Amino acid sequence: MRKLKLVMVGNGMAGVRTLEELQKIAPDLYDITVFGAEPHPNYNRILLSPVLAGEMTIQDIILNDLQWYADNDINLHLGARVGEIDRRNRSVIATSASGETITVDYDRLLLATGSTPFVLPIPGNDLPGVISYRDIKDTDEMIDAAARYKHAVVIGAGLLGLEAANGLALRGMDVTVVHLSDWIMERQLDRTAGKMLQAALEAKGMKFKLNAHTAELVKGESGRVCAIRFKDGSSLPADLVCMAAGIRPNVALAEQAGIHCNRGIVVNDTLQTYDPRVYAVGECANHRGTAYGLVAPLFEQAKVCANHLAEMGIGRYQGSVTSTKLKVTGIDVFSAGDFSGAEGTEDIVLHDPGLGIYKRIVLKDDKLVGAVLYGDTKDGAWYFQLLKDEQNIHDIRDHLVFGNAHLGDVGHKGNSVAATMPDSAEVCGCNGVCKGTIVKAIKEHGLFSLEDVRKHTKASSSCGSCTGLVEQILASTVGGAYQPADSNNKAVCGCTDLSHGDVRKAIRDHKLLSVADTQQYLRWKTPNGCATCRPALNYYCISTWPHEAIDDPQSRFINERAHANIQKDGTYSVVPRMWGGLTTPTELRAIADAAEKYKVPTVKVTGGQRIDLLGVQKEDLPAMWADFARAGMASGHAYGKSLRTVKTCVGAEHCRFGTQRSMDLGVKLEKMLFGMWSPHKVKLAVSGCPRNCAESGIKDIGVIGVDSGYELYIGGNGGIKTEVAQFFCKVADDEEVMEYGGAFIQLYREEGFYLERTCHYLERVGMEHIKQHVLENAERRKELHEKLLFALQNYKDPWAERFEDASGGALRREFEIIKV
Amino acid sequence: MNDWTLICALADVPVLGARVVESSLKGRIALFRNSADQVFAVHDKCPHKGGPLSQGIVHGSTVTCPLHSWKIQLEDGQVAAPDVGCVTPFPVKIEDGQVYMQL
Ligand SMILES: Cc1cc2nc3c(=O)[nH]c(=O)nc-3n(C[C@H](O)[C@H](O)[C@H](O)COP(=O)(O)OP(=O)(O)OC[C@H]3O[C@@H](n4cnc5c(N)ncnc54)[C@H](O)[C@@H]3O)c2cc1C
Ligand code: FES
Repeated sequence: MRKLKLVMVGNGMAGVRTLEELQKIAPDLYDITVFGAEPHPNYNRILLSPVLAGEMTIQDIILNDLQWYADNDINLHLGARVGEIDRRNRSVIATSASGETITVDYDRLLLATGSTPFVLPIPGNDLPGVISYRDIKDTDEMIDAAARYKHAVVIGAGLLGLEAANGLALRGMDVTVVHLSDWIMERQLDRTAGKMLQAALEAKGMKFKLNAHTAELVKGESGRVCAIRFKDGSSLPADLVCMAAGIRPNVALAEQAGIHCNRGIVVNDTLQTYDPRVYAVGECANHRGTAYGLVAPLFEQAKVCANHLAEMGIGRYQGSVTSTKLKVTGIDVFSAGDFSGAEGTEDIVLHDPGLGIYKRIVLKDDKLVGAVLYGDTKDGAWYFQLLKDEQNIHDIRDHLVFGNAHLGDVGHKGNSVAATMPDSAEVCGCNGVCKGTIVKAIKEHGLFSLEDVRKHTKASSSCGSCTGLVEQILASTVGGAYQPADSNNKAVCGCTDLSHGDVRKAIRDHKLLSVADTQQYLRWKTPNGCATCRPALNYYCISTWPHEAIDDPQSRFINERAHANIQKDGTYSVVPRMWGGLTTPTELRAIADAAEKYKVPTVKVTGGQRIDLLGVQKEDLPAMWADFARAGMASGHAYGKSLRTVKTCVGAEHCRFGTQRSMDLGVKLEKMLFGMWSPHKVKLAVSGCPRNCAESGIKDIGVIGVDSGYELYIGGNGGIKTEVAQFFCKVADDEEVMEYGGAFIQLYREEGFYLERTCHYLERVGMEHIKQHVLENAERRKELHEKLLFALQNYKDPWAERFEDASGGALRREFEIIKV
Repeated sequence: MNDWTLICALADVPVLGARVVESSLKGRIALFRNSADQVFAVHDKCPHKGGPLSQGIVHGSTVTCPLHSWKIQLEDGQVAAPDVGCVTPFPVKIEDGQVYMQL
């Protein structure tokens, strides 16, 4: 088959990212030709600022070296500018570095021509020594000028201008920043923050001239620029003038070819222009009225565009919320979203001039819509996540402005102190990765996403509790280029682009009954998925279609397959169930006998009020279970994403304070939920009185007996981050506890994402949502409760099942060793 | 040296699963079967901290270690990046539905 021809114009960050995405999913579809006007392979443009500041070199910022193009069979023309697109004949015409004309045909054309700096229309704007700040050439010229001349003027005090000024100042020039408005960075900052920033930059030696209208650039004797003159008649000496007064989408080529442009090449949600064969990504494109000037949105565009170029046709780009961060070492400025003070918005401001801290967060309808942080930006990533997720912040509004750290250690995705951590500080405790390693990997490999960092360093790839920290390190290292994935739409894993929500919906809508069917229907990219997605898919199938879906043991983590908990030495721990934490002499005797018979090295009482036998060999498991089953004991599921325990205090049965019979209710609840699989483990507790001896405040469902009934709390967690359960409702009796609690659990089972604890589920969907389904609508509550009971009926204790083994040994075989 | 030892029937190894083979000479070996009915054998000991690979999840021709999720390529026993290491592979073949291994 003849390969299709893809031609790309513009060898920059957005375009090359699109090719990378394309190569990942359809490596053989196209013959690819790339034209780049610059003589360099693709480099990380945003790091030109540290290069100018002398913190990095050009070599450090190359993203794709020439070998990469060769390895991917890409026909690369460097220093070649495309001057014309012949749409009728479907070809582009370029002039090579050596002046020859090159004509290449295309089936698909990708325009990624970026932006051109805006040059003020004033006399002298073309003098030697007058430049803009866009590429390696400009940077080199500035570095060169800094070595030879004294006076620099930067026009425009936006992000780019300030980074340029900072670099030039660090290189010893006397720099004045000239700006039209009353304060600097007025698009990102309000006046107060702008003034604080200005003071900080002045302390670093920069000068500012505000409200300045430039009239002309003056030519010196050598022919080079020598001064800048303003409309008020004043002037400043200038041997170098850097114009950083904004950028314009580079549309000249597209316009000339008659492709519809309007402040950018107009594209639809698939990044297609008005000519269906022509796509556009990056700063040159105008999507729904916006041409973005930051890389994070461009990368999202790249992903969608690649998918359509690959003829897969999945995915739409629907626009991005952006955040920015000034890359001037030692000065922290962060802004995100909309803080223009639009109608219906409210501001919360914290201003401490003494400490040099200013924070302004903008709210609209109980949601965060914008944030400006100066001086203390460590919560930037957290605010940005709240903003992107459109999370309702009503409940945390009173302390929102103090940041996430202030909310205490409560599981808000682990944000804290990335920027101030020393390089040697350990970030990922599971894999022993320290901050320095992560920063180095980000810089060396040009990483932009959490997924990338996980792949290169392993940080945050195990328990995930350091994810927030890693995200912060990313944000502080690559600045605004970092785009956190929207929590609700993160892809399940590298095997698919679909999110947990998408997958759950598809399984429900299309009645997918097995892992393999689901993968096939949703076009999984890998033959059998991976250890991340398979357990998730298996859970989604069996929880959505109880008694119908096929439970695939090979898609379960070993603990659930072996019905015991694997330990670090490869032995297992076995925990028989003790309903509500109650036991009998007979059970205790059976446990003691088993411990001796199978030479169990460690016997321990667990936090969930039962007994753990640790260090059992896998081969011994079936026989041990058989012994327990004979003694009438069942699996404690201490190993599963399932019901763990219902902890109880002694309650009114014995306790003089007890108001309710907590042991009784605990046993009933545990029996009701026996054998329940869930997105993550589920723990309950029942306390007989508000003294709360069963620790109901840190359980997924906590029940506290009061004189008139019970109080129900949900979403607590005593794990990595302690999360206090939230009050849910008050009910009258045992039956209601089971109904309300069961309905909540069922809702979580239906809507929770795999490995999402109830506290995170609650945080994601909000208490209101749960109340709507469980409290406000009695019919829905009953329905949920019944669905739960239906799913759990006829559940067979897995230990007994293996001991009786009706399958002719297949269940047992897992445990037998073949000796040769 | 080059003798093939009969291990078990292919049907005794679950698809996308594994069995543990204990050899008096070589210790514990994990025998895997993937969805394309290929079989692989490697030492049942993860190069990271000795996790039992036979208990991991099998996908493609890779197994993910149950302890800390290192990924081991079963054809050659190499650990997938970014981790490094390798585990000894053993030659295996299927003949007439029986699995043989060279120990
Ligand atoms: C100094 C600096 C600092 C920045 N800092 C940040 C930051 O901190 N965070 C952030 O998110 N963003 C930052 N940006 C912006 C970011 O770099 C851009 O958004 C991004 O590079 C745009 O990518 P692109 O592919 O659309 O365009 P570009 O990367 O500009 O690539 C376009 C390429 O196309 C070439 N080209 C144009 N026309 C033709 C033609 N006719 N034929 C052949 N080639 C052509 C150009 O030469 C150029 O190489 C910064 C930019 C600069 C300059
Ligand atoms: S022992 Fe295998 S990953 Fe750690």
